Amino acid sequence: MSAVSNAGHPGTAVGLAANQWGQGDNPDPLIRHKHGLVGTSVSRIDGPLKVQGKATFAAEFVKEGLTYAALAFSTIAKGRIETLDTSAAEAAPGVVLVMTYKNAPRMKPMPLFMTAEKAAGGDNLPIMQDDRVHWNGQPIALVLAETQEQADFASSLVHATFKAEPSVTNFKEAKRRGTKTGEFGGGPLKLEIGDAEAALTQVPVSIDAQYSTPRHSHNAIEPHAATVAWDGDALLVHDASQAVVHTAWSLSSVFGIDESQVHVTSPYVGGGFGSKTLWQHQVLGAAASKLAGRPVRITLSREGVYRMVGGRSQTEQRVALGADKDGRLKAIIHTGVVAMSHQNALPEPFILATRGAYAADAFKLHVEVAQMDMLANTFMRAPGEAVGTFGLECALDELADKLGIDPVEIRILNEPDKHPTEGKPFSSRNIVEAWRTGAQRFGWAKRNAKPGSVRQGEWLIGMGCATGTYPYYRMPGGAARITLRKDGHARVEIAAHEMGMGTATAHSQVTADRLGLPLDQVTFGYGDSKMPGAVLAGGSQQSASIGAAIVAAQHALFAQLLILAGNASPLAGLRPEEVGGFNGGLVALADLARSESYASIMGRAGRDEIVVQEDAPPPMELQNWSMHSYGAMFCEARVNAVTGETRISRFLGSFDCGRILNAKTAASQFRGGIIMGLGLALMEETQFDERNGRIMNPSLAEYHVPAHMDVPEIDVIWNDIPDPHTPMGAHGIGEIGITGTAAAVANAVFNATGKRVRDLPLTLDKLM
Amino acid sequence: MTPFTYSRASDTASAVQFGAMAQAKYLGGGTNLVDLLRETIEQPSSLIDVTGLSSAITPTADGGLLIGAAAKNTALAEHRLVLSHYPMLTRSIVAGASAQIRNMATVGGNILQRTRCAYFYDTEGSRCNKRSLGQGCDAIDGFNRNHAILGASSSCVATHPSDMCVALAALDALVHLQGPTGARVIPLVDLHLLPDNDPGKETVLLPGELITAIELPSPLVGGRSTYRKVRDRASYAFALVSVAAILAVEDGKVTGVRLAFGGVAPKPWRAKKAENALLGAPATEATFRKAAEAELAHATPLSGNGFKVELAIRTVAALMTSLAGDQS
Repeated sequence: MSAVSNAGHPGTAVGLAANQWGQGDNPDPLIRHKHGLVGTSVSRIDGPLKVQGKATFAAEFVKEGLTYAALAFSTIAKGRIETLDTSAAEAAPGVVLVMTYKNAPRMKPMPLFMTAEKAAGGDNLPIMQDDRVHWNGQPIALVLAETQEQADFASSLVHATFKAEPSVTNFKEAKRRGTKTGEFGGGPLKLEIGDAEAALTQVPVSIDAQYSTPRHSHNAIEPHAATVAWDGDALLVHDASQAVVHTAWSLSSVFGIDESQVHVTSPYVGGGFGSKTLWQHQVLGAAASKLAGRPVRITLSREGVYRMVGGRSQTEQRVALGADKDGRLKAIIHTGVVAMSHQNALPEPFILATRGAYAADAFKLHVEVAQMDMLANTFMRAPGEAVGTFGLECALDELADKLGIDPVEIRILNEPDKHPTEGKPFSSRNIVEAWRTGAQRFGWAKRNAKPGSVRQGEWLIGMGCATGTYPYYRMPGGAARITLRKDGHARVEIAAHEMGMGTATAHSQVTADRLGLPLDQVTFGYGDSKMPGAVLAGGSQQSASIGAAIVAAQHALFAQLLILAGNASPLAGLRPEEVGGFNGGLVALADLARSESYASIMGRAGRDEIVVQEDAPPPMELQNWSMHSYGAMFCEARVNAVTGETRISRFLGSFDCGRILNAKTAASQFRGGIIMGLGLALMEETQFDERNGRIMNPSLAEYHVPAHMDVPEIDVIWNDIPDPHTPMGAHGIGEIGITGTAAAVANAVFNATGKRVRDLPLTLDKLM
Repeated sequence: MTPFTYSRASDTASAVQFGAMAQAKYLGGGTNLVDLLRETIEQPSSLIDVTGLSSAITPTADGGLLIGAAAKNTALAEHRLVLSHYPMLTRSIVAGASAQIRNMATVGGNILQRTRCAYFYDTEGSRCNKRSLGQGCDAIDGFNRNHAILGASSSCVATHPSDMCVALAALDALVHLQGPTGARVIPLVDLHLLPDNDPGKETVLLPGELITAIELPSPLVGGRSTYRKVRDRASYAFALVSVAAILAVEDGKVTGVRLAFGGVAPKPWRAKKAENALLGAPATEATFRKAAEAELAHATPLSGNGFKVELAIRTVAALMTSLAGDQS
């Protein structure tokens, strides 16, 4: 890891930071604050707890009288449960009860994600309310027993027969039945500017190719789990969640109780990637707990995750690019079809990146949906961009090859000066610099443009590149509480999430710098639905949401402190905007000699602590600016000339993602995204048996993700240029790493072999 | 997992005595059997743990090696005499599974591990003749990328997943068996059965018969050997094709050859047709390729694994050429 121009120095220097962020008019003063904790490599504060086994995950909460759940699943894609024999299961040792549609409590379907502000449901189907089967793998029975082993065994004794009805589990058949335009973010996934098809026929050089990506299943290291207990009508859920408040609200809707009666905690999460929202298991666990009158722990088996937690859907994409002889794009066409279930609202939006990637005269972008009887598909790290950049960035590589232009140069050549389809100015876009810096560091100049010309023994070696991009989002709902004690300790609380990316650490750094406190005087409370805010750890927006909320709370805190300071203070007469946190107190920004410590202010006022809570302002910055993270991705691939095996030997990501908050955790986010992108490129594929809609590789043995030997040294660098229009100058970095990566791999493979593989994964049979 | 009784055998005689009982199963490292128990594919009423029996690795009088069946895969791979005399065996073992699994798995258990066919594992949702004869086979028209192109039948197309066994097949290994009615020694290549009409019957083992040891004959004089595993990721994946090859060349002619394939057949596949074609032939890439083609002439690829035919041929040709090159 190395930061090219990584500002900040390690250590605990307590610097000066003011407290305002004006969303554009006034950049966050923290941006100017160069010698604090922000940007330094601070190890994750949860690290020691995790390696000592002291971090309590959802399936580790101990409850008096705890029972354990196991599930049985349907084996048809659509139809009815004809017979359901649970007698053997009920008679098995240790079984408390067996819940099916015959005895489950009455519940409403989960509010479907994106249909309401705090909706978190992965699907909107009735849950064990009738004999209907909607997908192959739907839970049909829940066994509750005194031990997990007893529950697992008894669940194997549940015997069901089904009456199958005609179903659509074949993608071709689904497309034949007709497609419709996908909807995302409140609008159609369709965009036309000019006549791109006509433009394509009028340009001297064009590419028109079909790309496809398969289904992917979520494989967070921690399988989904919840420990659930009722106290009267109050429901407590220890969940593995990236949306605690959303989950609490949605569960209250399912069970017809008040939102305030549901308490969801999620102190530690073993990876989310878009999957740790509300799925049927939390609802079933709570229902069974109600039925049994005892607390329940429901831990999905790895197979269970594959059967009932959605993944990324398959895509078929057409990318057509037309350019003049110099390589300037005239037309960009990106259209295609994705598979989608009937019970969810996410058509894999593969055109999102294409909307803002390159300048062109004409655009035709369109995502169509073919509906299938299958498990609800859902968000998976960079939904849309991860697979959409595969099509777009491979096609651009093909065009560059046809034109004889260097693939890096063709990207720089087509750099837009404003958002090409929205017309908005970019808030901060320095991708050209990232390309130049990355190319130099990677040794791109050594690339031989002629495919198949570098060989070592059996191995053909090639280099490829691609642009990665992911939007800056900030959703409404941010809020934070700060409790400042007289001894100079600050506790921030916000209903945010730590899924292993370092959120608590990075925002402790930010808070310490804002308040002028050392890091060990700041604690960051999160992962609890009773805390302020409704902050989704998704869309790479959590840091911006937290950041904006802390700015607002800090302003309120300073206002209170100034009132308490009163006329006896050197700070008398100053407004909150005119002071900053410095060295354990407040200081006048215009006159550093005017200062007073928190202890002094609060001591004089007879206060032991001050508590403030504020909402973040609405995300107006998104109205005015086009805001994105960018990455220039470079790959060196080796392809075995005999067997077609591909091994990645080097990878570099050069990122333009605003200011980096923590160099160490950021590097891990970038690398993790790239590793997931290598899996996307080379091996990940859910084997969905199109005869009956059943997933046939529901295990980490048969569903391949990269093993250690598949992952080379990954170099990540960033330009650390702050975005003046975001809190902290930062952009989200959780998803950018996976974008562009698969295309960089495929383009490197082309350079190595001269073979274009347009359907993922890039398995050896496609290269023999 | 269906409840069962567990006992630990202190000697071969008592192991075999218990093992002869109906619904009994021998337990080695458990790296495959415990998975099968969890999936309720195996539902024995009793498990006899044989990991306490001989794990000794000792030289034999005629220059070979006798390996106790309870030897751990790691112990065998790292043994001094294996490294020096049978390096191909080490290569094959370390190409398999993960270090943690190899530390647990025994030699006997490795040989008797069962296929990883997804339809075999899917007890609830898929048909499988190996699990339940007469159900049908969902793999034949399903996902069969990892399945057999040689030796399969219309009832079953599953492969034997072992890497170690491919090397053992090429090494002419013998299997020492102890049963209720006595002991016998058979070639490893005769231990596993092809599926024909009864894929549930996977070996010639008689009820209660226990693998007690593996015997390796002395190494082929003048032979060079290696093991190459071709797979979908760099580690922790089953072979799409693997090749164990031993080659002796004199004056540009093949004077000795032993060749076995993994990942392509329901058993470790000794490529006798290819060997016959090669003995006495010039040690050239063209000959090697032709010999491999002869072995695969009757391959019956499925919808998802047609590439394996050419992959096997190429891998053999490249591997043998490199072995021959080592000797020129």
